[in-house]
Amino acid sequence: MLFGLPLLSLIIWLPIVVGLVVFATGNDRNAQLARLIAIMGSVLGFMVAIPLYLQFDSSLSSMQFVENHPWVERFNIYYYLGVDGISMPLILLNCFTTPLVVMAGWAVIRERVSQYMGAFLIMSGIVNGVFASLDAMLFYVFWEASLIPMFLIIGIWGGPNRVYAAIKFFLYTLLGSLLMLVAFIYLYQISGGSFSIIDYHKLPIPLEPQILIFLAMLLAFAVKVPMWPVHTWLPDAHVEAPTGGSIILAAILLKMGGYGFLRFSLPIAPDASQYLAGMMIALSLIAIVYIGIVALMQVDMKKLIAYSSVAHMGFVTLGFFLFNAYGIEGAMVQMVSHGFVSGAMFLCVGVLYDRLHSRQIADYGGVVNKMPIFATFFMLFAMANAGLPGTSGFVGEFMVIMGAMKVNFWYAFLAATTLIFGAAYTLWMYKRVIFGSIASPAVEGLNDVSKREFAILAILAAAVLWLGVYPFPLTDVMHATVDDLLAHITQSKL
Amino acid sequence: MQKLYLLVPLAPLIGAFIAGLFGCYIGRAWSHRITISLVFISLVASIAIFMDVLEGNVFNGSVYTWLVTGDTRFEIGFLIDQLSATMMVVVSFVSLMVHIYTIGYMRDDPGYQRFFSYISLFTFSMMMLVMSNNFLQLFFGWEAVGLVSYLLIGFWYTRPTAIYANMKAFLVNRVGDFGFLLGIAMVLMHFGSLDYATVFSQAPQLANETVELIPGMHWFLLTVICILLFIGAMGKSAQFPLHVWLPDSMEGPTPISALIHAATMVTAGIFMVARMSPLFELSETALSMILVVGGITTLFMALVAVVQTDIKRVVAYSTLSQLGYMTVALGASAYSAAMFHLMTHAFFKAVLFLGAGSVIIAMHHEQNMQKMGGLKKYMPLTYWTMFIAALASAGVPGFSGFFSKDAIIEAVGFSNIPGVAFAYFCVLVTVFVTALYTFRLIFMTFHGTPRMDTHTKEHLHESPWVVTFPLIVLAIPTIAAGWFIAPIVFGSYFDNAIHVLPQHDAIEKLGAEFTGIFGMILHSFSTAPFWFSVGGIFTAWYLYIVRTDLPDKIKMRAGPLYTLLDRKYYIDEFYSWIFAGGTRALSNTLWKIGDVKIIDGFFVNGTARVITWTAMLVRRLQTGYIYHYAFTMIVGVFVLLTLWLYKF
Repeated sequence: MLFGLPLLSLIIWLPIVVGLVVFATGNDRNAQLARLIAIMGSVLGFMVAIPLYLQFDSSLSSMQFVENHPWVERFNIYYYLGVDGISMPLILLNCFTTPLVVMAGWAVIRERVSQYMGAFLIMSGIVNGVFASLDAMLFYVFWEASLIPMFLIIGIWGGPNRVYAAIKFFLYTLLGSLLMLVAFIYLYQISGGSFSIIDYHKLPIPLEPQILIFLAMLLAFAVKVPMWPVHTWLPDAHVEAPTGGSIILAAILLKMGGYGFLRFSLPIAPDASQYLAGMMIALSLIAIVYIGIVALMQVDMKKLIAYSSVAHMGFVTLGFFLFNAYGIEGAMVQMVSHGFVSGAMFLCVGVLYDRLHSRQIADYGGVVNKMPIFATFFMLFAMANAGLPGTSGFVGEFMVIMGAMKVNFWYAFLAATTLIFGAAYTLWMYKRVIFGSIASPAVEGLNDVSKREFAILAILAAAVLWLGVYPFPLTDVMHATVDDLLAHITQSKL
Repeated sequence: MQKLYLLVPLAPLIGAFIAGLFGCYIGRAWSHRITISLVFISLVASIAIFMDVLEGNVFNGSVYTWLVTGDTRFEIGFLIDQLSATMMVVVSFVSLMVHIYTIGYMRDDPGYQRFFSYISLFTFSMMMLVMSNNFLQLFFGWEAVGLVSYLLIGFWYTRPTAIYANMKAFLVNRVGDFGFLLGIAMVLMHFGSLDYATVFSQAPQLANETVELIPGMHWFLLTVICILLFIGAMGKSAQFPLHVWLPDSMEGPTPISALIHAATMVTAGIFMVARMSPLFELSETALSMILVVGGITTLFMALVAVVQTDIKRVVAYSTLSQLGYMTVALGASAYSAAMFHLMTHAFFKAVLFLGAGSVIIAMHHEQNMQKMGGLKKYMPLTYWTMFIAALASAGVPGFSGFFSKDAIIEAVGFSNIPGVAFAYFCVLVTVFVTALYTFRLIFMTFHGTPRMDTHTKEHLHESPWVVTFPLIVLAIPTIAAGWFIAPIVFGSYFDNAIHVLPQHDAIEKLGAEFTGIFGMILHSFSTAPFWFSVGGIFTAWYLYIVRTDLPDKIKMRAGPLYTLLDRKYYIDEFYSWIFAGGTRALSNTLWKIGDVKIIDGFFVNGTARVITWTAMLVRRLQTGYIYHYAFTMIVGVFVLLTLWLYKF
C-alpha cells in the first residue's frame, strides 16, 4: 500500500469520479475542458497502476492488495477486492488503453464531448472493478454495469446502423449473463450463504451440478469472448461503434469473457471443465479456422478486423482448455497482445475513416503514396495481427500451439492454420488498402498522421514490439498464479 | 569475443533503424554511408569470429531469457561453430557487396533510404537465423527474413505485379512455416527443450520412438519431425511444390534478387537441414523424400529456365535448380557438399544477378533478352565477370561451381538411400541443361547482333564503378572458392557441426578417392558431367550464335512441350484456381450462409422475431378501452361465480 492508500479502490473509483466530473463540465462549450480533465484522469489512472505493478509480488499465487468490507450484510455481500497474476495484467492493460482512447477521440468527437469522455473513464473504472472483484455479487454488478457506457457509446456516437448494433450488443450480452446470476445464487445456497469467489473455489460439488454451473456461466463468458457460434454481435457492434468504442471493445471488454473462464469456470467447476474440454476445444478450433476463412472475404475493414478478433480470441479459449501451462499462459499473453494489436488495428482503420468516412476496402488503394508514416505503422500492426515473431501477436499463438501439441497433434495442426489464414486476410486487406497506385481523388487528398495520432500509434507500436521481443516480465507476473490454478483444476472436486 | 558475437547482428540492425527512421533527415549519402559502414563492421567481426572458430573456439550460450512457461525456458542465444561462422562470412560479405552495388542501382529511386534500411534489416534477420542456438530463434529469423523479403519484393508498391508477388511469396512461405512450426512444436513436446544441443544429444534415444497421429498408423517420431521441418525448408528454399513464389519475387529490385533470392535467404532451408543433421540422419524416410523433392526441383526447374526470355527469370529458375542440387546433396547425407555448393553458388549467382542488373540499367530497364545482343563491346567488365560466373555455374573444371557440383553428383552416386537413382538421373541430366540455359543467356545478351532500338543503343555504356566493383570482387571467389574443397568437404572442417551416420557417409567414400584439386579436374575429363557440361555450352553456342534460326523452329516443332515449359507446367494456374479460388469461395459460403443466414438470420434475429410476434399477439389484449376491460371483468366474475357455485 503506497502511503496506506487502498490502491485497488483508487484504481476503480478514481476514473469513475473523474468521469462524473467530466460529465459536470456540461455541454460542448466546455469541450476542451472536458478533454483536458479526461486525459488527466486517465493518465492518473495509469499512474496508480504503476505502483500496483511495482509492489505486486509475482512469487505469490494468492490474492494481493486485498480490501474486504461488508456491503450488504443481510446477504453476506462484501466489498471484497484483490488481484493475482491473472487479473493484474488485465488491469494494467485496461489502465494503459484508457488514455489512448481518450487521445484517439480528442479531435474526432465534436458532439457531446464531455459525455463521450466521461463514458470512457467510467467504463475504465468499472472494468477495473470487474477484474478486481472477489465477491460474486460485486463482480456481477460491475459486469452488468460495463454494458451501459458501451451501449451509450455505440448508440450515440456510432455509425448509421448504430441502434440495431447497440441493442443487439446489449441484449446478446445481457441474456448471456442472466444465467450466470442464477449460478451465483445457486452457489450462494450450497456454500451456506457466501458470495466469496475464493470460497467457491474450495467448494466440493458433484459432477452434474458442476456441469450445470459450467454451462450457465459458459453462456455469459462465451458471448463476451466471443466464441463461435455466439459471436455475431461483435462484427455489428464494431462496425457501428466509434473508433474509441471499437478499441475498448476489442482490447478490454472481450477480455472480461476470458477472465471469467479463469476466475470462475475452471476453478469452480474443474471436473466439468475437464469433462466438457472436448467441446470447448472444438468450438475454439472452429473459431480459429472457420472465422479465419470468413474474415478473408470481408469488404468492410472493421468487419474484417472484428472477425480476426474472434479468430484470435479462439486461441484464448483453446489455451484455457488444454490444461497445461503453455496453454493457459499463452492464452493470457494472447489476451494482452490482442489488446494491443486489435486496438491498434481499429485505430488504424479509425485514422482512415476520419479522413475518408468510409470503411470499405474498395474505396481505398495506394494510401502509402500519401501516408507513408501511417503505412509503416499499419504494416507493423498487420504483421503483428498475422502473428509475426518479434511482435506480440506471435508469443501467445506460439505458446498455445505448443500447448495444443502436447494434447493432440491435430489440435495444433488446426490451430496453426492461422499462420496461413491470418496472413492471408490481413495482408490481402493491407495490399488492397495501402499498396498500389492512388485509387481515387479522395485518396489523393489524404494527409499523413497528425502528431496526436503519431503519438498513439507509436506507443502501441512500442508495446507490440516490447511484448514480442521480451515477453518475460509479463509471464513472470502470472507464473505463480497459473501454476497454482493448474494444480487446483487438475485436482478433482468430486 | 562474446561482445563481437552481439555486434554481428546488431550493427546492421542499428543501420536499419537509422536509415529507416531518420533517412529523410540525414539524406541519401549519409544513409548509405552509415549502413555500409555498419555492415562492413559486421563483416570484419564475422571474419574475426571465423578465424577464432578455425582455431577451435566454439561457443554456445544464451543472451537473454525470452520467456519461461511451465518448466521450459525459452532463450535467445548464439551457437558459433564452423557452420554458422561460414554462413556469417558469406552473408555479410555478399550483403556488403550488394549494399555498395545498390548505390549505383537505386541511384534515382525515391525510396533510396528505405531500401538501405530494408537490406540492413535483412542482414540482421539472416544473422539471427544462422547464429541461433535454438529452434525458437531460428523460427524468429526464419520469419523475419520472410518479412523483409515481402517488403523488398513489394518495394515498388505501385506496381500491381509487385504487390501480388510479395503477398504470394509471403503466403507460400507461410505454408512452409506452418509445417515448420508444427515440427518445432513436436520437438518441444518430445524433447522438452528447443535448445539444439539438448535436442541433438537426445535424438539417438528417440530413434525408434513411434507416434500415432492417425489411429492405427504408427510412424517414426523423427520421420514425422524431420518431414515437418523439411516442409519449412521447402517453403524458404523454394523446393517443388512450394517453389512458385521465387520466380515472381523477381518483381523486386535486382540487388535484392541477388542478396535474398539467390545468395542468402533462400539457402536458409539448406542451412537448417544441415544444422539439423543429427535429426535427419536418423530418418531414412525423410532423407529419401528430400532426395526426390530435390531431384524434381533440380531437373524440372532447369528445363523451364531454357525457355525464359526475361534475363532475371532465367537466373531465377537457375537458382531454383541449383537449390535443388543442394537439397539432393542433403538427401544423400552429403551435408558438407551442400554447404559448399551453397557457398560457391552464393558467389556465382550473386555475380549473375548483379551482372543482369548491370545489363538492365544499361538497357533502360528492359529485361527481355530478345531485345538485347552484342552488349559485349559496350560492357566489357559486366561481360567478363558474368562469363566467369557462367563458367562456374555450368560446372566447367577449375571454377568454383565445378568442384561443389561434382562433389554432389559423385556423392549421390555413392549414396544408398531409396530414391537415389532418380535423384542421380536428375542431377546428371541437369548439368547439360544448366550449361545450355546459362550460355544461352550469355550468348543472347552479349553476343550476336544488337536487337535493341537505336535510342537505347546510343546510350549503351558500362555501369559506374559502384556497380562493377562488387562484380569484380565477387568474381574472385567465383573462380577460387572451389579450391578449398579439400578441407571443407572432405576434411574435418564441419566435424563439430555436422553429424553423419557411418552407413550414410558417401562423402567419406568420396574423400577416399580424392587426390587433390588437380586430380579432381583431371578425373573429371573422363566422367559424364564434364561432357554434359561441354555439350550444353556447345549446344547453346550452336543454337544462339551459329544457327539463330533454329530455336524458333524447335519451338514450333515442340509445340505442346514448349507451351508446357513456357507456362511453367501450369502450376501457378492450378494453385490460383484450387487454393486461392477455392478458399475465396469457401469463405463466401461460410460467411453468407453460415454466419449471415443461419446464425444471425435464423437463430439471433429469428429469436427476436418470435419475441416481437408474441408481443404483438399479447399486445392485442391491452386495447385501452374501458368497455373491453369491463366486459372482460364481467366475464371473469361470471366464470368465477359459476365455478364457486358448482364446486361447493
